[in-house]
Amino acid sequence: MALDRISILDFRNHRQTALEDTARFNLLVGANGAGKTNVLEALSLLAPGRGLRRAKLPEMARIDGPGGFTVAARLQPADGAEPVQLGTVVDAAQPNRRRVRVNGAERSALGLSEWLSVRWLTPAMDGLFTDSAGARRRYLDRLALATAPGHAALSNRYETALRNRNRLLSDDAPPDPQWLDALEAQLAEHGAAIAANRRALVEELNRELEAQADALFPRPLLAIEPTGPEERAALAEALRGNRRTERRAGRTLIGPHRAELAVTLADKGVPAARASTGEQKAMLIAITLAHGALATRGRAGLLLLDEVAAHLDPQRREALFARLAANGEQVWMTGTERTPFDPILPDAAVWDVSGGSLRRI
Amino acid sequence: MASQEIETLASALARLPGLGPRSARRAVLHLVKKRETALPALLDALLSVQDTLEECRICGNVDTQDPCGICSDPRRDAKSICVVEDVADLWALDRAKLFSGTFHVLGGRLSALDGVRPEDLAIPGLLARVEAGVDEVVLAMNATLEGQTTAHYLAERLEDFPVRITQLAHGLPVGGELDYLDEGTLAQALRARRPLG
Repeated sequence: MALDRISILDFRNHRQTALEDTARFNLLVGANGAGKTNVLEALSLLAPGRGLRRAKLPEMARIDGPGGFTVAARLQPADGAEPVQLGTVVDAAQPNRRRVRVNGAERSALGLSEWLSVRWLTPAMDGLFTDSAGARRRYLDRLALATAPGHAALSNRYETALRNRNRLLSDDAPPDPQWLDALEAQLAEHGAAIAANRRALVEELNRELEAQADALFPRPLLAIEPTGPEERAALAEALRGNRRTERRAGRTLIGPHRAELAVTLADKGVPAARASTGEQKAMLIAITLAHGALATRGRAGLLLLDEVAAHLDPQRREALFARLAANGEQVWMTGTERTPFDPILPDAAVWDVSGGSLRRI
Repeated sequence: MASQEIETLASALARLPGLGPRSARRAVLHLVKKRETALPALLDALLSVQDTLEECRICGNVDTQDPCGICSDPRRDAKSICVVEDVADLWALDRAKLFSGTFHVLGGRLSALDGVRPEDLAIPGLLARVEAGVDEVVLAMNATLEGQTTAHYLAERLEDFPVRITQLAHGLPVGGELDYLDEGTLAQALRARRPLG
């Protein structure tokens, strides 16, 4: 299953870009600022959410363009069944509203995810293991969305309860104990569910990472280090017991919003943050591929890898390409030059990108 | 170009919930066209509401009499109180004509973020009514985080009274298809499943 006949209109620096005769491997080559990542970002809008840059919709419209933009593509099922037409449109008149069309009919953004699972890896994620614990939690929660669709709603409710409780704790007046009881009951209910989703995901990922392990690719081992109990009644009890301390701190110090995603190199037992840049990149790729196996579940998969060859030595690159070839997903990659991609060039569709225009090579 | 008076009326109507400048102008045009019939009737209705509108001192409902029509209806079971966040919720529940008890309007929901505290809600009135002797309190808060926090809070405040406390069920809507429900609602419906028959 693969995307074909992609058209991108008035998006970032692309006035009118068409990509046809796509392949399993699709390579966009060009100088910095040519508009390679913009193509990946456009493709990432064929999934619910804010896309791979998490940008606001008006920012994505072409400067000096009419104000809106369109991304459309045809999804060709592998079994030769009828193709599905997917599209995302933003009208100039409503620059903050994204409209989604599936086979010509208006749908919610979630309608896209019934057909396509889109995942990506960008250089902005390279520092994940050395970044803050919050960045890793957000990363984990985003991965959880694919396996537990209710996770976002759960996180929103938890977040609202947390902000309410923090407001009470930081207030000049002593907090109403029964009000705290009520908020803690909500925090415990939703917090326990969040923790359970994360645990289930991490277990599945570790199983998948072990199954996919090979000698060339360092295997990451994921673990959750909670702050406070994860079980509902115990968390409620702990929050209650912690009131005096947290009143002094003015905020809630335990719960899943303080949990840490710990990643280590499985073979060496070294924390990911202390691994080499190349090893870190390889681990991120491994997690992305393992997550793909969990998230795709019968749908077409689209993997967007921005500047993925950077930091990888030739051996690891070959191992990556071999894995990508074994995996059934359509892959889109960007690079400043073609050489690193030599091993896959015979099976790849290659475009030269320059100034927002594409030329098929 | 419409006169200043008509513009003023249109801009007053445009501020009503659910309307906007366009539908307000349409309403004004309708009134102007039917100035012999629709306009006087609307004027009378507005004036009589303005003259007689009161907040019920028992339940907080808004009616043209105090106590309100519901609280003073002898066929209603005063021993059963359904607590709601707003008058709109009371009206929604009463339109369905399913609840034969009385109501209590809190006037909002607890929200530290919006600065709504327990003392801003009509809780003392509720406690006084329960203390005077009530069999059941139905907590009919919205299924939002803050609505549910308020329900939990009230349940705790009512703990020491000999009263049955119940809450509206959450889950599968009537006529709803499982396929279209979000996971949270499905989970709630599954948790609240009950024996059939």
